[in-house]
Amino acid sequence: MVEHSESAALAFRDVVKSFYVKDTFIPILKGVTAAVAPGDIVALIGPSGSGKSTLLSLCNLLITADAGKVFVDGINVLDWNITELRRKVGLVFQTPTIFPGTVRTNIELARVLQGDTFNQPERYLQNVGLSADLLDHEASELSGGQKQRVALARVLATEPKVLLLDEVTSALDPSAARDVEEWILHIHEKNKTTMLWVTHNLEQALRVSHWVWLMIGGQLIEVTETRQFFTSPQTELGRLFLQGELNGQRI
Amino acid sequence: MSLLTLSFTLAFVGIAILLSMWLKLGVERDIVIATIRSSIQLLAVGYVLKIVFGLNNPLFMILMIALMIGVATQNAAKRGKGIPRVSFKILFAIAITEIIAQSFLIGLNIIPAKAQYLIPISGMIIGNAMIVSGLLLNRLQAEAHSHRQEIITVLALGGTPKQSIVPFVKQAIRASLIPTIDSAKTTGLVQLPGMMTGQIIAGADPILAVRYQLVVLFTFMASAMIASITLGFLTYPSLFNRYHQLVLPNSHN
Repeated sequence: MVEHSESAALAFRDVVKSFYVKDTFIPILKGVTAAVAPGDIVALIGPSGSGKSTLLSLCNLLITADAGKVFVDGINVLDWNITELRRKVGLVFQTPTIFPGTVRTNIELARVLQGDTFNQPERYLQNVGLSADLLDHEASELSGGQKQRVALARVLATEPKVLLLDEVTSALDPSAARDVEEWILHIHEKNKTTMLWVTHNLEQALRVSHWVWLMIGGQLIEVTETRQFFTSPQTELGRLFLQGELNGQRI
Repeated sequence: MSLLTLSFTLAFVGIAILLSMWLKLGVERDIVIATIRSSIQLLAVGYVLKIVFGLNNPLFMILMIALMIGVATQNAAKRGKGIPRVSFKILFAIAITEIIAQSFLIGLNIIPAKAQYLIPISGMIIGNAMIVSGLLLNRLQAEAHSHRQEIITVLALGGTPKQSIVPFVKQAIRASLIPTIDSAKTTGLVQLPGMMTGQIIAGADPILAVRYQLVVLFTFMASAMIASITLGFLTYPSLFNRYHQLVLPNSHN
């Protein structure tokens, strides 16, 4: 765990975020401070509505914090060139958004947006375990798992150093989920990509992560090394959460 | 036609009110308001036009057109509540449309630069641009709402706000032009356009009246497009903040 935000790939300092929904003030993040070391995988777990996705969206500036600071590579996200920041910090959503056209069109989009051309889109497809034969298929005809892998390949095509994964396997059937998870771990092995991985699947968190961040009610309750968290959580809430007593979920 | 004979047609209004009361449609109040408003507005405009035509002073002509643009802007702005400085954008779009259309019509001597041509045709161009602007604003917000995830996906890949939303701006422009294009397609078959009908009733040669109507229809095609494109591209940046985040007005829905 990195304490100093300067050397961290990703760091949060006293981050506060609220939303107004129909004039009702809803606090989401109530002062979050933590950091992810370069190359680490952090599993961000916690009950639904605890602010996990909000924390992710702060990292690539899809939303802005009300107070506190978010750092990427030691630089405040507000001081980054936005396009550079978003290419460096890739975000994969729970449900893949597929644009009209072929798989090729979808993957090339990542580069086309920057006015680049693309030499080997099949390389990125192979990185997520899809055959190059799929390049000229209609993307909308793919299975859910294939679509999610295309979305992942599209994000990888921007060559991100940090990956934000927002429940990327939760909409998939167990075997497709396992496939996507495997390929993400391959990518980590190859590129040492730093990852902040939101998941509801505690087994997955145990398999993939170095650290666990437990978020409840907009606060980081526990930041613990993964094996230690699952054998002896450091907080009473952590213990209750593992027992599935906080949102009815079980391992 | 005297005011007395005109007043006989109030019987139609009476029939409408009675039918509304009988079927409990609840629109009697609106019918009364509409009758009073249209009478006052049109009768007043008749006198104003008479004065402006009589003075034949370009200043009054411009003043009158400016007033039309102002009212049209205010009306169309209701469709864009919550969009920052939307009135200003509409004002610009409608004004530029009117200027381009009239420069062409007068410049090529298609219509004489006289008040009795300029003002009614301006009114039609501005009115059409107003409707197109309202449709555009409505549709653009609806498109942005329903394609929110696509827009955010492009932004998250490092795309600019423009790259993320242009397909949906185009979609909104296309949708806003449909009524103008469709009504041009069926004109003469389904409805006889108001200006032509008016000219014919007033005793003009139908052949000539038709030609003027075609001038207006063709002008509408270009002016609707100019208004819609101008407003679409002026408006979309307001749907984003300086951090390239999509910020949609809450008033929609």
